[in-house]
Amino acid sequence: MKKTSADVLPGLSEGGAPGDHPLLAVDNLHVEFQTRAGVVRAVNGVSYTVGPGETLAVLGESGSGKSVTAQAIMGILDMPPAVIPKGEIRFKGTNLLKLSEEARTQVRGQRIAMIFQDALSALNPVFTVGWQISEMFRVHRGMSKADGLKKAIELMDRVRIPAARQRVHDYPHQFSGGMRQRIMIAMSIALDPEVLIADEPTTALDVTVQAQIMELLAELQRESRMGLILITHDLGVVADVADKIAVMYAGRIVENAPVHDIYKGPAHPYTKGLLESIPRVDLKGHELYAIKGLPPNLLDLPTGCAFHPRCPYRQDNCVTDAPPLHEVSGTRNSACHYWREVLDGEHQ
Amino acid sequence: MASTSERILEVRDLVKHFPLTQGIVVKRQIGAIKAVDGVSFDLHKGETLGIVGESGCGKSTLAKVLMALERPTSGSVKINGRDIAHAKGGELKRMRRNIQMVMQDPYTSLNPRMTVGDIIGEPYEIHTEVAPKGDRRTKVQELLEVVGLNPDHINRYPHQFSGGQRQRIGIARGLALQPEIIVCDEPVSALDVSIQAQVINLLERLQNEFDLAYIFIAHDLSVVRHISDRVGVMYLGKFVELGKDTEIYDRPAHPYTQALLSAVPVPDPDGREQRERIILQGDPPSPANPPSGCRFRTRCWKAQEICAEEEPLLQIRPGTAHESACHFAETHDVVHVG
Repeated sequence: MKKTSADVLPGLSEGGAPGDHPLLAVDNLHVEFQTRAGVVRAVNGVSYTVGPGETLAVLGESGSGKSVTAQAIMGILDMPPAVIPKGEIRFKGTNLLKLSEEARTQVRGQRIAMIFQDALSALNPVFTVGWQISEMFRVHRGMSKADGLKKAIELMDRVRIPAARQRVHDYPHQFSGGMRQRIMIAMSIALDPEVLIADEPTTALDVTVQAQIMELLAELQRESRMGLILITHDLGVVADVADKIAVMYAGRIVENAPVHDIYKGPAHPYTKGLLESIPRVDLKGHELYAIKGLPPNLLDLPTGCAFHPRCPYRQDNCVTDAPPLHEVSGTRNSACHYWREVLDGEHQ
Repeated sequence: MASTSERILEVRDLVKHFPLTQGIVVKRQIGAIKAVDGVSFDLHKGETLGIVGESGCGKSTLAKVLMALERPTSGSVKINGRDIAHAKGGELKRMRRNIQMVMQDPYTSLNPRMTVGDIIGEPYEIHTEVAPKGDRRTKVQELLEVVGLNPDHINRYPHQFSGGQRQRIGIARGLALQPEIIVCDEPVSALDVSIQAQVINLLERLQNEFDLAYIFIAHDLSVVRHISDRVGVMYLGKFVELGKDTEIYDRPAHPYTQALLSAVPVPDPDGREQRERIILQGDPPSPANPPSGCRFRTRCWKAQEICAEEEPLLQIRPGTAHESACHFAETHDVVHVG
């Protein structure tokens, strides 16, 4: 008989969400990679929470640690070389990092699921999509091949793949990019997870298809009240769907806030720079604001605030002291010594 | 501004079909991928023409045909009045000096075994008349300086540079032969957000400095709007709408353009619930077998019988000030990009 997750996680029985615990909480997470060139500090103390039905957007450039954090939540980091020296990831109050691998497997895919950016390389090219979707049911629910395939057809209908009954026997390469991403979504929602992590789900797609996929995700979220972690670098997508935002830079959260607050007035120079570098109608013919310099080298992070070499608000203490996550308001934080000046829009 | 200056590129009825064959020993042609299927436009000195469209609409094939990397099936590409598409030998070589390209991916478009100096100086190996051997190093160093890189880094290899810096190297190589036209195929889409603005600013500065004309192909509509004087919207190998940037973005007349613009997420959460959004269903049809009549009709909400029977031509329609290819063209203010 298959064990249900309730057997392994006594605190996580179906429906009985323990009292005050948020659905998912990442708390002061650190992730390092031991490489030949030295220790790469990819994540340096990240904390965020997601509640049921809530959408958290994690915004950052490549190398900011946004995907590594997600992989740590899913428990799919290669360890070694990855090491988690500090921090907790709590799902309904249970620290996932302390669980056995067997218990982790029960959470992964069933309670917390993930959609990857590149659906073509995330899907196995030598199995039909029906086989890959129904694998979720065979492995986690112990279903027969025939029942699993029926479920796969239902799911493909649910993510609106036309002619699901015929296409269930097709291979990934026979689908377009948007359709492949729908198959990834079908797999991830197969077991009704409570948290869904979407790692750049639309980056490789055209805007028209991106709009379809984002609409589908929003609809699925409304139906099932999943918590959604949307990892992206697209400020437009974030503005469209997020409830709150965490902006990451060099493995830290530099600002987190409800979505409307950030777009009204950012409280961190990096966020401000990102927002100002978007081409706008009224700036046509003018130079775009560009954040100067380059993203930091994670092998050799700058001292103090990691953003200081590129920051227009820099003072002497930024070079020496790393700013703590200051409280801007009850729901908002900024990791900048001078968040007040940034928020007021004063230019230095 | 552009229409008054001299016309340097004239593309007429350009068609590029790739044959589909069947059989191993005896190959029979069973059809063709109609990648570019009748495209005409002009480009003036110092002007930027933006080309937008979904993947598979033929944007990149168009770029290749303009560069004479692919021979067109029919039609002409005239640079300063001479047809590059049918030029051969020495004449083709001379004409190519005038049209250069910046590629999308700065990681794969630079040879990892060559130094930056060799990469940027390689065009001089072919076009020896531009820079005699002794001058090349100085020329390359000047170019590095022009694109904002340190001239002392001439002996470094591509892996020693970041993505944005590599794209600058690609731009320097494009500038080496002092062309009048540069074709930029998705020049910023592989770069981080904070770096994109730097590269766009560089491209604009170079345009002013050297009076360059750009063909700017991209899928990011707000970037295209920022840099372009005119914009062409492509769908399945044809332009469906062509006009000044303000016309296309503020008064789009073709349903496809309207859908495309409304799908762009607006970086402002205020009023996001009320925003009008046209979501196209499905994927574009295969370019091997495009629909009869108007190619967009299978996804269009305005489609009528005439759309299947008669192909709408790209022309100025009543009530609009620019060319569009729709029987029911009607300007409609959708959401504003950026």
